[in-house]
Amino acid sequence: MAELLQHLLNGLVLGGTYALLGIGLTLIFGLMNVVNFAHGEFYTLGAYVSFAALALAGAGFFVALLAAIVVGAALGWLCEVALLRPLRNESIDTTMLVMIGVWIAMQNAELLGWGGVAKSIPHPFPTAPLVLGPVAIAPLRLFVLVLAAGLIAAAWLLVQKTKLGRAMRATFQDRDTAALMGVGIGRIHAATFAFGSALAAAAGALLGPIFLVYPSMGDLASLKAFSVVILGGLGNLPGATLGGLLLGIAEELGAGYISSGYRDAAGFVIIILVLLFRPSGLFARQERIA
Amino acid sequence: MRRAGGWLLAAGALTLPLWLQSPYHVHVAIMAGIFGVLAMSLNLLLGYTGQLSLGHAAFFGVGAYTSALLTLKLEWSFWPALAVAVGLAGAAGFFIGRLALKLRGAYFVLVTISFAGVISLLSVNWIELTNGPLGLPGVPAPALGPWSLRTKTAYYYLVLAAVVLSYAVCRRIVRSRIGRALVALRENEALAESIGVDVTHYLVLAAVVSAAMAGLGGSLYAHYTRFVSPEVFLFTYTVTMVIMVVAGGKGTLAGPLVGAVLFTVLPEALRAVASWQWQMLAYGVLLVALVFFLPRGIVPQLSAAIGGRRRAEPASPTPRS
Amino acid sequence: MLAVNDLAVRFGGVTALERVSFEVRPGSITSVIGPNGAGKTTAFNAITGYLRPTGGRVTYDGAALTGLRPSAIARRGIVRTFQKTSVFPALSVEDNVVTGLHLRSTAGFLAVLAGRRRLAAEERSLAAEAADIIEFVGLTHRRREAASGLPYGEQRLVELAVALAARPRVLLLDEPGAGMTGAEKVVVSGLIRRVREQGVTVLLVEHDMRMVMGISDTVIVLNGGRVIAEGAPAAIRAHPEVIRAYLGASAGSS
Repeated sequence: MAELLQHLLNGLVLGGTYALLGIGLTLIFGLMNVVNFAHGEFYTLGAYVSFAALALAGAGFFVALLAAIVVGAALGWLCEVALLRPLRNESIDTTMLVMIGVWIAMQNAELLGWGGVAKSIPHPFPTAPLVLGPVAIAPLRLFVLVLAAGLIAAAWLLVQKTKLGRAMRATFQDRDTAALMGVGIGRIHAATFAFGSALAAAAGALLGPIFLVYPSMGDLASLKAFSVVILGGLGNLPGATLGGLLLGIAEELGAGYISSGYRDAAGFVIIILVLLFRPSGLFARQERIA
Repeated sequence: MRRAGGWLLAAGALTLPLWLQSPYHVHVAIMAGIFGVLAMSLNLLLGYTGQLSLGHAAFFGVGAYTSALLTLKLEWSFWPALAVAVGLAGAAGFFIGRLALKLRGAYFVLVTISFAGVISLLSVNWIELTNGPLGLPGVPAPALGPWSLRTKTAYYYLVLAAVVLSYAVCRRIVRSRIGRALVALRENEALAESIGVDVTHYLVLAAVVSAAMAGLGGSLYAHYTRFVSPEVFLFTYTVTMVIMVVAGGKGTLAGPLVGAVLFTVLPEALRAVASWQWQMLAYGVLLVALVFFLPRGIVPQLSAAIGGRRRAEPASPTPRS
Repeated sequence: MLAVNDLAVRFGGVTALERVSFEVRPGSITSVIGPNGAGKTTAFNAITGYLRPTGGRVTYDGAALTGLRPSAIARRGIVRTFQKTSVFPALSVEDNVVTGLHLRSTAGFLAVLAGRRRLAAEERSLAAEAADIIEFVGLTHRRREAASGLPYGEQRLVELAVALAARPRVLLLDEPGAGMTGAEKVVVSGLIRRVREQGVTVLLVEHDMRMVMGISDTVIVLNGGRVIAEGAPAAIRAHPEVIRAYLGASAGSS
């Protein structure tokens, strides 16, 4: 039983960051209809920024996280304005190809810039795990869990309560009405993409210190983000949150009880199964598939 | 004019090893040929049905591993192993096709990536079968009767035969009612159904042929490099195939071949100047640039420049905007 | 003969069609009319397999059509056009129509691979047949041009040509006159009559009353998802319920 709880706890830590990845992508893929295969690259970017801040600049953990978020948002904004905006009236396949190009370019730029050797991000936390009853958790992981929860809450608040969030939801549900109401469509698109990318970067900065940082880590992150989005339903924030947690737990349980080598298969299997049987996602309202 | 050009090309291809100086050059030609087969296979899906498969490395890998395992562990001869490899890859294509029945666009891409991901994980973890990350060394060279096709020149002709066969199959399909059905499903699926095109049937057909052809490429690759490892599932291979098709001209017959030659020769030529990481970086930038500036790819652009107002072919290379 | 029995279509809480029953006499031109939202296109979608009805049956010559996919229904000889212009945009007019001739040939995968000479002859005859159909709709001068580049009215003619290529026994036209000029509508009406002369049964949805009254043998009126009248054009024109439906619709609608 204790083992199960341990796995669940580890799964929550992982899942919290997956939720961040998923929320970011569900906004970009679900609302903006952009097939962002480069989403994982923003995750990697966040991890490398965090590395640079912590290992090279000797900054604190919060500063590193903040830096990752800012850089992610800025690059996301740039991407949208320079690449996606001109293609806004093209088919979804065209933007997909462009984002694949960005994916390849970003990953290899990171490979060239940082080298292929995995890096370890130093962190200020003690390594001895905290024992909470039947389970133990490393202080770093607990911190990551708390921060992830905080960021998820902040994301929800932004989307639900702020003017920007309302504008975002209005724009993507009914573009024409939103335009009529004076919402700057271009700015909303850029802001949404920047926001989604910032969340991915945050996820990278949070998970980076737990695992190693290497240029191709984004590939799996992208896939898992898509997995979460499909699980939770496109554009569905609570769905993405729950989906992220579920994926994290599924991975931990799979690694613990089946085999650690197949850990990453959870994301793939979810994609295949959900698209086969419940394409609108587990949490979406029952829709008629046209 | 075009027929003379065709004969010239054929003569050149048939005599290539004679006037290439070093074995290294023949090696490049062989790799170009193998990737030509792979690019043509991807083009069948991407160029004609309009569905992108980013998991094509899975079919490539299935072909490579099947062929290698059958010849290594069961000591089969090359030719039946090749046949089974092609068949198994085709079966994987059938599986994907049926799986992705109602999925289009991004969802189709995701399923193909996931499938490739699962196969890749299997190749790494199922050590009893695949020897895991260490791979399978010592894959035997093919033999044609008593003659071993071990030399580069001999292998070149094997690959050339495969290229010609693949091209012929693609051409026959594309210029037939099957090709028209595929294009119809790309251009307007609802309309295609209304005139009697069973869209599912043709999508699965395209997936099977495409996957089988990729399996052929995989087998050729395995018996050439004499070594198969989970690295065949690396995303770089899929990316390279996509670039070849998109740059060469998707939805054309010559496009993928032009792309394959270009993106095999170019990296080798630039090898002294730029490492493969720089080249991959360039690929990424190039893909973006292509989408903006040359969306139809090289071949359609060239033939438009040469031929003036072209006669639109059934498998027209003009993509939907 | 195309027969619709108790057809019902419900989405969630909305009933789009309810107990719709009618028969389409072979060789006739039958029009389905009704105010916006009456369920006309929904009925077309249900008949041709693009929508699964919640209840009822559609049969053709006694054989059930309900539950079949659109391509299977097309194979039975029931072909439809779409409300929104539907062509194969990147293909030339010629290629659009040749593609439409899909059902004329039965060449399967193996036959195509073997590449027999018979196939080449077949391709030639398909090209000739396409040329005939293109001439029938009057687009021979446009045959090499990409369909997406044609003006709207001509694109709808391409659409008609593609549908005709599929050799329908029953042709369902969804608003063939929509967006057309008066002159274009006359051309289309003439084409519809000539199509009927060749033995094709025509069922059409249309809003243009003059066009409807001019070519129809029978008119079926839908309102609120139900059939409220059926009969000859003159009778329908004077039918009190029909007048009420249209007046009510025009009085209350935007």
